[in-house]
Parts: sequence; structure tokens; C-alpha cells
Amino acid sequence: MLEAAITGSRRYWIWVSFLLVVTAIGFISWLRELHMGSGLTTGLSRDVTWGLHVGQLTFFVGVAASAVMVTLPYYLHDYKAFGKMTILGEFLAVSAVIISMLSVFAIMGQPTRIWNVLLYATPNSIIFWDLVVLSVYLILNILCGWTVLGAERKGVPPPAWIKPFIIFAIIWAPLIHTITAFIFAGLPGRDHWLTSLQAAHFLSTAFAAGPSLLIILSIIVKRVSRFDPGNIAIQTLAKIATYALIIHIFFIGLEFFTAFYSRIPGHMRPLEYLYTGLEGHTELIFVMWTSSILAAVALVLLLTPATRRNEKTLILASLAVFFSIWLDKGFCFVVSGFIPNPFDRVTGYWPALNEFFVAAGCWSIGFLVLTILYKIVIAVREENAG
Amino acid sequence: MSYRAKGEEVMSMSRRNFLKLAGVSAIAGIGGAAIAGEVQKSVLETTQITPKAGALTGKRLAMVIDMGKLKSVEDINRVTDACHRIHNVPHFDDPKHEVKWIWTETFGHTFPGQEHKFMPEDMKHEPFLVLCNHCEYPACVRVCPTKAMFKRKDGIVMHDPHRCIGCKYCMAACPYGAISYNLKDPRLAKNLQEYMNPEFPTRAIGVVEKCMFCFERLAKGLKPACVEASNGALVFGNVDDPASEIRKLLASKYTIRRKPELGEEPNIYYILG
Amino acid sequence: MKIYNGGKILVGLIIFGALVASPFYLNMGKDRATEKPDIKIDTPEILKLKNKQCIEPKELMRATHMKILDTWRDSIVRNGESDLILISGRKYDKSLQNGCMKCHSNKEDFCDKCHGYLDVKPTCWECHIAPKEKKS
Repeated sequence: MLEAAITGSRRYWIWVSFLLVVTAIGFISWLRELHMGSGLTTGLSRDVTWGLHVGQLTFFVGVAASAVMVTLPYYLHDYKAFGKMTILGEFLAVSAVIISMLSVFAIMGQPTRIWNVLLYATPNSIIFWDLVVLSVYLILNILCGWTVLGAERKGVPPPAWIKPFIIFAIIWAPLIHTITAFIFAGLPGRDHWLTSLQAAHFLSTAFAAGPSLLIILSIIVKRVSRFDPGNIAIQTLAKIATYALIIHIFFIGLEFFTAFYSRIPGHMRPLEYLYTGLEGHTELIFVMWTSSILAAVALVLLLTPATRRNEKTLILASLAVFFSIWLDKGFCFVVSGFIPNPFDRVTGYWPALNEFFVAAGCWSIGFLVLTILYKIVIAVREENAG
Repeated sequence: MSYRAKGEEVMSMSRRNFLKLAGVSAIAGIGGAAIAGEVQKSVLETTQITPKAGALTGKRLAMVIDMGKLKSVEDINRVTDACHRIHNVPHFDDPKHEVKWIWTETFGHTFPGQEHKFMPEDMKHEPFLVLCNHCEYPACVRVCPTKAMFKRKDGIVMHDPHRCIGCKYCMAACPYGAISYNLKDPRLAKNLQEYMNPEFPTRAIGVVEKCMFCFERLAKGLKPACVEASNGALVFGNVDDPASEIRKLLASKYTIRRKPELGEEPNIYYILG
Repeated sequence: MKIYNGGKILVGLIIFGALVASPFYLNMGKDRATEKPDIKIDTPEILKLKNKQCIEPKELMRATHMKILDTWRDSIVRNGESDLILISGRKYDKSLQNGCMKCHSNKEDFCDKCHGYLDVKPTCWECHIAPKEKKS
């Protein structure tokens, strides 16, 4: 099936070449960061030690976990409309996990020592468990997606032994995002992150952003090929994203209530930094407000049946959801945990250009994998359609 | 099915299956060899071992900082310089890239939430010494994925820069901001280009570092450098020993610790003086 | 005889050849010893010793000095076993900087000679400070 990836139209090769170029730029930028140190190539500091890259980990683990929103209805509840969508969700999960793992690898000061995490396995460390669960999830999705697609190509039902793996992946998906939330939610000094709501909030944003991306990808697939994932499937994804978005916005409201009704400074000040600026640091205000406005726009578009059913406005709404949550969870959430610092001082953060390039390199590798996998799906589906 | 000789049937295997088998065997073989290599025991054969005379040991090492005895800026600088000098701590002008093991903060920033408008003015501006608290339940140790940050039997929260992968999870976890990261090559710092203590290493770019309670001095029976330079303002010892000087001091004077409500059980006590 | 995809095969062969030959042409002209390294153990500190014996015999040291250092590192840093080692009546610090280099104070003529010859780049010296070369 892999041979489908090396035959394609001119448009396909231009896209792949573009991704390879961005990957090369990202790789060189990463080498630069390794050599010079993150002090000169990122906006990080002694106070803000995690920024753009850990944000990408957080966000894309969510996108990966959202595959469960497609596989669960189909495999556990026989929701036939998702029949053609599950493979797209599983392969999106594969690329998203790859972006997450690359992003974490990119932040390490001594990446050649990565094996230490396995050699000296530390069960009390959540990062250790994150590595484990993400690796397992990656293998599961490759296995399930490839096997089911392979069976489809041969025109036979999938083998019986794959079913337990699929069920396992369905249970595993929320787990990976809960563990990712646990990275943040158990740290005693960081009031902004220290909430029991964290994993639930992460899952709600994941189930809004992931299906939104899947909607956009499905429409792209429909436009570039003869394979149509199905309008009912897309509409159901839109409804899932809508409810998840409502819960996400509700959770933001809960956060605001706890912070500002209790008036505890540790809870209030990170939110002040994000929305109104703190001690003269206003660098994230524009980002955070854009995220909130996009969420509001998306909510209106998704709640209104007319705009949800219209493909053009649905694309707008999905983009709005995706970018709103990407700005929030993939950036502002991580940075604001460090502000103020344990001494109640504020050190601002903005990513350096080199940092953007490294992140772009991670995305492009992920999108390259996604492109190749989707190309294979399209080839199989077009071949079967005759 | 075409005719096949008996031997052929036994030997036949599809190319796909052969490649799968070869791949799995290769991974198992390489993986097994790698694990075997790691497990190989050291061949060092020493004859006898003598313990260093007078090494300072203890089960719960702690420190009391009597701010009343640190009156001037010189007193404080003597303490911080002693540490940073013998441990080759790099100095960078940009506060974003600072590496510091022991330094000062004002009262309101050392004990956030404790300061109020009407307290004595001079206390508001007084520099307080801050360093790693070598907590009983350190968050940094809890989160480190490689045990590069770990708690020794004598209570020191120790860092192993050989094993550190530079993930900075410990820095996110520490509620006291005690850990610094080498965002730049420490040897580029001007102070290290002028002088490096030849008896102690530096650290490398991309690993974290923090106070390690002068473990190398304790091994020789010496007090930590900051304690020695403090002229009695810093008292160091084993709080598990009821007869120790530090226990007597803690029993006789009121002391506070930073952020005790977080349950880390920090081991640096302050007499506010 | 028709060769299908001949152009692509040729390009592939050239790339393959370049990769396989890279150790040779990348190292051409570099300053690498081609004779056996001549390491010097006549530092002032060693010359002062009556019994010129390292902690272990030469062959054992050559084969296992890295393992010894790793064992010492874990012993001191992780287990807090800072006791001196007593070997053949002499006490040693379990330390590269304060143990080995106290006698072998000529890093360039001792450590670097063999490491350079074998193109081994140990990362010790990123952190550990080599003693300043003394002119004797």
C-alpha cells in the first residue's frame, strides 16, 4: 500500500516538497538551538522554562486523543455513518502523536541522553508515563489503521484479532490526554495549573479541536480525490465539536469563577497576565483575546444549524475552533503557568524566530506523515470504487 | 496447488513472512545485546577501602538562616560569592539567563503573601538569602524522569548532571524557583573565563543545576561554603539528631519556612531577626 | 538491453557511493595520527612517585577506564560513598579531576593522544576541568 505514496499528481509533489523544505529548515534550526543553547535561540528564561514546544505537545496529544470520537461511535455503538471516517481519525492520531513526541524531543537540553528515560525508568515521573502511553498509542493506531485498511483493500472484513486492539485504543485515547494533563496538574507551586479540572478541560478542548481538524481534512480529501467521507459523518463531527466547545467555554467560566470569587492571587494573576497584562507585561493579551473571540465566533457558527450545515461556514467555524484552542492550549496555557514565578515576579515570554522554525519543522514532519497516510487511504478507496 | 517435493514444502515461506521474521530477529538480537552490555558488571578490583576521616553525615540535613546576623551587603555577598566561586557557577548579566545557587530576594518575594503595607520599612527591603530547600518531599525529585534529581540518604536533594536530559520538568515542579538551567554554555561566562576552581567541575549547556549542600565539602568533614563564610549566621546540621546545634537553635527561636502549606517540608529555616 | 528507470538507478548509485565512501574523503587531510599514539607518563607528579603504578595494570586500565570512572561517578554522586580508595598502600580520590589527573596531569599527551587516534570524543571535558599543562 505504501507505493501509493510515491505516485501522485504535480500538486501532491509540490506539497510534499514544501513539507520537506520546511522540515529541513526546522532540523537546521534545532541543531542551531542545540549548539548555541536555548538562551540565544528561544524566548525561554530561568523563569519561563517551557514555551511553544511544550504547548505543541499539549495541543497535539489532544488532537491525537480525539480519534476516539470517531472510533468509539463506530466500533462500540455501530454508528455506520463513521464507517469511512475511522481510518482518517486513526491516521490523524498517528501524525498528531508524532508531532507531540518530536516537540518534546526538541526541548531537551541533552537529547542524546533520551535513552536514560527508559534505562532509568521512573514510575513516579509523569513524563516517563507520557512517553510510554504515547508510544503505545502510536503503535496501536498504526497497527489498527494499517490492518483495517489492508483488509479493505483486499475486499475482506478486518481480521478478528484486530478488534481487541481497537477497543484497547478507544480506552487508551482518553488516557494519553489525562496523563498529559497530569504533567501540569500535580505541580504544587503552579496555582494556574493545579486544578482537578485539568484533565477534563484538556479532553473537552481535544474533542473540539480534533474533530474540527478532521472536518477540514475530510473536506480537503473530498476536494482533491474521488473519496467522500460522507456528509452525515462530517455533520456528526461538527455536532461533537459543538458540544465539546460548549463544555470548554463552560470550563473557562469555572476557572474564572474560582479565581476571582476566591480572590486568591495565585489563581488571579496568571489570568490577569493573559487577559489584561501583569506588571507591564502585555505580550500575550492579543493572543489570548484572539483565542477567546475565535471561540465565541465558532460557537455562534456551530450552534446555528444553517451555518453548521453550510460547508463554507462550517470550514470557517472549524478553523476558528482549531486556532482558538491552539492559541489557548498550545501556547497561552503553558506560558501562563510560569507567570508569576515562585517569587511572585513576572518574566515575560515570546517565542524567538528560531523557535518558530523548529516548531514548523515538527508540524511539517507530522503533516508529511499525514499526507502520505491519507494518500494511501485515498488510493485504496479509489481503487475499490473502481 | 502445484506439485512440490517434500523438502521444499517444509522450507517454503513467503518472502513477506521471511522479512518479518528477519526484522523481528534483528531487533531482538540488537536489543538483547544492548541490554547485556549495560548489565555487564564493572571489572574494577580495588583491594581495600578506607572511609574518609570525619566525613559529615546525617539523615536529615538542614540549615537555619539567622537574618539578624546578616547585617550588611558585604555579609550577604561573602556568603553567595563563596558558593558561586568554588562551584564554578557562571555569571550572566541578562537576568533571563541567570544561573544561581544561592542569592537574595526581598521579604515579600521570599515569602509571597506574608508582606503587608504596614510592616517595618527596612524589613520590606531587607535582602533574604534563598537557596534550594532540600525538601523532605521534593517535587523536583518526584517529577524527574531519569532520577537525575534524587534524594540521597543524608537528605541532600542531589542533582546528577551526567544523567540529566535537560527536560526542565524539575524547574516547572519546584515551588521555590531553586533550580537554574544552562541556557548558554557556562564556560562562555566572563567570570569562568577568568577563574575556575580546578577542584570542581562546571556543568554543561542544556542541564540544570542547583545547590547541593556542598556534598563534596561534607565528605571531607567541612561545613558548606556558605555556612563557613557566614560567620555564624548560617547554622547547618542534622535535625534528626536531638543533640545537634541546629536542633537546639530551632527549639529556642521561632523560625519560619517558605511556603510550608505546600507540604514539601522544606529544610531551610529562617530567623527573621 | 533496456534498463527501466536507468536514470533514477544511476542517481541512487552515486548517492550510495558518496555515502559509503564518506568516512574516507571526509577525513582526508585531517590531522590524525597514523602511527600508534605515543602517550607520555612522565609528568612531574608521576616522576616523584617511587612505585610508578596506576590503580590497575596498564591493559586493564586501557580496556576499562571508562567503566571505572562511571562506577566512581555513581558511587560518589548517587550513593555518597566519598571514601578514598586504598590501592597498594596509596590513597586515591574516586575522581577524574582530583584523582586520575593528579598524576596524569598532561591531558594532551596522555588522554588526547589515544582518543584522537581512535576518533573518540569523550564529553568529560565539557564539565570536568583539565589541569593546566605544566612545562617541565
